[in-house]
Amino acid sequence: MNPLNAALIGAPNSGKSSLFNSLTGSHQKVANYPGVTVERRSGTVTTEGGHQIKIIDLPGIYSLNDRSLDEKVSREIITGVHENEAQPEVLICVINASNIRVHLRLVLELKALGLPMIVALNMHDLATRDGIEIDVSRLSEELRLPVITTIAVRKSGVGALKEFLDRDVSAFSKTSNTLSETTTRALQKEAGRITKLVQIAEGGHHKMTRILDGVVLHPLAGPIIFFAMLFFMFQAVFSWAEAPMDMIEGSFAILGEVVATYIPDNWFRGFIQDGLIAGVGSVLVFLPQIIILFAFILVLEASGYMARAAFIMDKLMAKVGLNGRAFIPLLSSFACAIPGIMATRTIANHRDRITTIMIAPLMTCSARLPVYTLMIAAFIPNDTVMGYFGLQGMVFFALYMAGIVSAIIVAAVMKKTITKGTLQPFLMELPKYQVPRIGHILLGLWQRVRAFLRRAGTIILYAAIALWALTLYPNAPKDAPKDAPEADIYYSFAGMIGRTLQHIFAPLGFNWEISIALVPGMAAREVAVSALGTVYALQGTEDQVAESLATVLQSAWPLSTALAFLAWFVYAPQCLATLATARRETNSWGWTAFMAGYLFGLAYLIAFIVNVSAKALMA
Amino acid sequence: MTKYLTDLKIGETATIQSFDTSRIVDNDFAADLEDRLLEIGFEEGLAVELLHQGPIGKDPLAVKIGNMTVALRRAEADAIILDEEIKS
Repeated sequence: MNPLNAALIGAPNSGKSSLFNSLTGSHQKVANYPGVTVERRSGTVTTEGGHQIKIIDLPGIYSLNDRSLDEKVSREIITGVHENEAQPEVLICVINASNIRVHLRLVLELKALGLPMIVALNMHDLATRDGIEIDVSRLSEELRLPVITTIAVRKSGVGALKEFLDRDVSAFSKTSNTLSETTTRALQKEAGRITKLVQIAEGGHHKMTRILDGVVLHPLAGPIIFFAMLFFMFQAVFSWAEAPMDMIEGSFAILGEVVATYIPDNWFRGFIQDGLIAGVGSVLVFLPQIIILFAFILVLEASGYMARAAFIMDKLMAKVGLNGRAFIPLLSSFACAIPGIMATRTIANHRDRITTIMIAPLMTCSARLPVYTLMIAAFIPNDTVMGYFGLQGMVFFALYMAGIVSAIIVAAVMKKTITKGTLQPFLMELPKYQVPRIGHILLGLWQRVRAFLRRAGTIILYAAIALWALTLYPNAPKDAPKDAPEADIYYSFAGMIGRTLQHIFAPLGFNWEISIALVPGMAAREVAVSALGTVYALQGTEDQVAESLATVLQSAWPLSTALAFLAWFVYAPQCLATLATARRETNSWGWTAFMAGYLFGLAYLIAFIVNVSAKALMA
Repeated sequence: MTKYLTDLKIGETATIQSFDTSRIVDNDFAADLEDRLLEIGFEEGLAVELLHQGPIGKDPLAVKIGNMTVALRRAEADAIILDEEIKS
């Protein structure tokens, strides 16, 4: 017997995703529907009776009005016109027991489409605790549909639903449309009528939520709590991740040495040691930061705080035409643009989401820090300004601000031009606070880590190997004079590319050494530092090698070049993995090209201005 | 004078009388706003209580409707007309 195809559908905050997690456990897959940015979650359940049931978790929607991509995809699947997805044989419509008046409307709308349907009256325990009482059999009678109570956060809470699914498919008869009209208002009226009949006790507002919101949404305390939490989150991302990051770097270095002792010194050892191991290491080293960041985001999301954060930030974000929900993805981008871009999935509107993705790389990610640190240490004197502020710290701050201010300007310009469209309402339910389920958090964490390793990991790895090869081959010609100043890398493919690029970068004050370092820097920004090390270390005498890179650069570069190099790194899309992630998430080569194009354009323009004006000021 | 949801002060409750999107400048935005408001749970005859206001410019608003809390911008709340009688 073929497995039964079922689809879970429900309004936002119906607890649908929790129910899906409890039903399928770890047997689930997360992907995108082809051609659109809507997330496709699917999984399998095996019932007690041994039946296999395939479940897809449709996006959370209030209606099938085609206003958003989520609504469009859901309607296409349910009505069986979706290109790649088979029409489900049975719908499981999830409604929140605390809010049946609103959620019944979707049930009635779906019912009119005529598919077999089961209603899952979810979060029944929480509703009862708030004093809400529902006559379940009466509800079933009124809807003429089976109604099953569920408690999504507990595995045992879905037993009845599984049992029901165990019955023969033929038991699910087609529903008949009992409403003549399906306008929002007509459906709402009918939902209201049923609610009056079946809701024995209305209950009250969730007490804890009311008390917490009094503090969290307080006009003064709210923002303070919000920024304190952000500060803590950032501290955690950078300081907690330090030890595991050092460990990962350390173990890959040891692994490289171990390999070196077993493999003779030839191209193969170079490939394994400098290409493969260094490549995998450069991916995994970001993992601790990403795990910590996502753990925070998932807990904030599951607890209900995320909606409050959007509430607090909405007015500020609205000034550049964005939604409050865009704040967290942008914030994540300060650690790394990749999880930031992945986190934009919480933004329902397509245009708002695209705008957010486009500006995410302007947030100063942690991979830029080694570059900034090196340049500041080498070129900015450790003086104090106005007797108090450190000049180096101020330059650091200015670099962060340059990114943020540019992002605001770019977003504002985009919203007035290419992502122009109807203003999107903020309208959003602030869900009840809940204690997050550790199992569901871990599951979400695992899915995101896997996605990061697959998407970013493979591309960083390939890029690292390719760039390793480019910097090594071909070797320096045998007839090159022994005392030639040029390093081996000068003759390699990377060197050739760098020397060609030098002509383009000359107006920015970049020499051929910088141009070469930019090539391997495409794998990940911080690689530019070690690449500079390679270029200069191989080039100089032993004494020069002994000196730190900062000292070498100090004498090798004019200040104007150093400042232009910093400006370049604020903007340039020096990260293939970010571009690859943008490609995956926007599902468009056009947008990816736009991102790369505008960032390169800005980088070139600003670096040029910095170089020219710095030279003029020093002259 | 017509009372709108934006006229409520924190802690005040009133009943929704009707929807009117004519005060909204952007026509495309106004077009389906009423449907969206209905979908999320605003409905004639229901009581709304203003719970919170955003930290900047008292925007957005958080209101209690039924058993839930809904956040919306002032621009959206401007489409909701309330009965004269306000309880605090």
